[in-house]
Amino acid sequence: MPDSLPADSVGIVTPQSYHFDTPIELACGQALGSYDLVVETYGKLNADASNAVLICHALSGHHHAAGYHSMDDRKPGWWDSCIGPGKPIDTNRFFVVCLNNLGGCHGSTGPNSENPATGKPYGPEFPVITVSDWVKSQALLADRLGIQCWAAVVGGSLGGMQALQWSLDYPDRLRHSVVIASTPRLTAQNIAFNEVARQAITSDREFHGGRYYDFDTVPRRGLMLARMVGHITYLSDASMGEKFGRELREEAYKFGYDAEFQVESYLRYQGERFSETFDANTYLLMTRALDYFDPAYDHGGDLSRAIAAADCEFLVLSFSTDWRFTPQRSEEMVNAMISARKKVSYAEIDAPWGHDAFLIPTPRYTDIFTAYMDRVAREVGA
Amino acid sequence: MRPDLEIIQQWVKPGHHVLDLGCGDGTLLDFLQRERQATGFGLEINPDHITTCMSKGVAVIEQNLDTQGLDNFDDGMFDVVLMTQALQAVRRPDKVLDEMLRLGREGIVTFPNFAHWRLRWGLALSGRMPESEALPYKWYNTPNIRLCTFKDFEALCRQKGIRIKSRRVVDGQHQNSWSARLWPNLLGEIAIYRITRENDQ
Repeated sequence: MPDSLPADSVGIVTPQSYHFDTPIELACGQALGSYDLVVETYGKLNADASNAVLICHALSGHHHAAGYHSMDDRKPGWWDSCIGPGKPIDTNRFFVVCLNNLGGCHGSTGPNSENPATGKPYGPEFPVITVSDWVKSQALLADRLGIQCWAAVVGGSLGGMQALQWSLDYPDRLRHSVVIASTPRLTAQNIAFNEVARQAITSDREFHGGRYYDFDTVPRRGLMLARMVGHITYLSDASMGEKFGRELREEAYKFGYDAEFQVESYLRYQGERFSETFDANTYLLMTRALDYFDPAYDHGGDLSRAIAAADCEFLVLSFSTDWRFTPQRSEEMVNAMISARKKVSYAEIDAPWGHDAFLIPTPRYTDIFTAYMDRVAREVGA
Repeated sequence: MRPDLEIIQQWVKPGHHVLDLGCGDGTLLDFLQRERQATGFGLEINPDHITTCMSKGVAVIEQNLDTQGLDNFDDGMFDVVLMTQALQAVRRPDKVLDEMLRLGREGIVTFPNFAHWRLRWGLALSGRMPESEALPYKWYNTPNIRLCTFKDFEALCRQKGIRIKSRRVVDGQHQNSWSARLWPNLLGEIAIYRITRENDQ
């Protein structure tokens, strides 16, 4: 963190926790009797509560999307590049809400929270949560905040799935759905990568069937491997090539198996850092939510029939080098929206960073996002 | 509003579902949405135009007719398919015409006339590829790779069994003049055709 806050930052922000004690019925058939959601908001809700924008986070995200928690923070929130005064999601005009999803590990109720029935962490007893469940809990949060209709629900990757699900589950509660670098369902290859990540975690000796909290340990190696394999799918071959190439940490080969290439030590470092801050059970839960997401499933696989329920306008964006959720997957969504006669705009943005491109501001991405959100703001009088 | 767009909007009925191929900055669709309560999409490949469409609230899809085609649109899903000043820039105008009338009951096409007297005159006198207000490019960098005359276009329609419902001819400023109406292929610079495969009306 620099000595002073950047002018286009939302500044110092403080998360808030909301307690819910009406049970929430989940897709898996179970219910959570009570739960907490930790939330950050930026900007001001206007008099008729028409300027609210919901930000949905991706696999490893959380409620801290923008600004800093203290002057000692090294980095701002995960989507600070797009949220703030004068940024695409302009906090001078919008009231922005971002929460840590149910099942998360950053303050909202999740596997590492205490199960009131046992007095111990839920662990493997925590129910599997779906994208639809998240949307339901987000709607309850909107009720609590006095927001009847979002100006827009916005998300990238797994967050984009939530933005799409919102349009199907609560068609009268959002005006715009912004779906970035996302997909209408995972491919076999996507699920395969998730499975490798889950196997890495569950086969770690420290996993203890998900009850590692009771043993005062964490499956650190498994979580690290899961993150390493995940991380590879977020980058493109070209961006990894540019960042690391075949660069060695020292001058010559050592003819051993330690991390000799820069890319190896980078992945190890990323994995290690992640394993210190993220909960393994949450990682399992989030990847499963990804696997299960398939709004066309209940409509005989016909996505346009699923999307028929929607009543909002859509903006769909993809990135040219994203091989995790390729532009073709976004186009599938767009084509289903076209067939269902929904109002949709689409652009494929040229960016070299693979799936991660949705977090990185490039001129065209910023221009489109700004132009679209500016029009949303004008529409709701913000 | 440009006179050619003024003519086109008269052919779009309230509530029509419209596809605009090469919609540019969305001026026409924006107008049709506001004045005709039309719905629909524009297809465009120019990034700046796409951004402008989005700020206007025009639904725009980044899609290249030449490389991606129109397979993602269903038969008969539009009332009208528009293509203003873009037919001469696609690789296969004949196939695009087929697609337009697969997707829509009616098509509206505008393009510059390569048989306009000034172009004929320019070619005859200088022996060089003509340039004009409607065709301001050099032969080697022009996006207009499929130039044709009104007569050519009408011959293609006949060959394909496409019926021309109306034709309006305007000059370079998109003005309607009596002389262009009289000798369109010689004096008209831009034509606006309304085409269909239907035999009724």
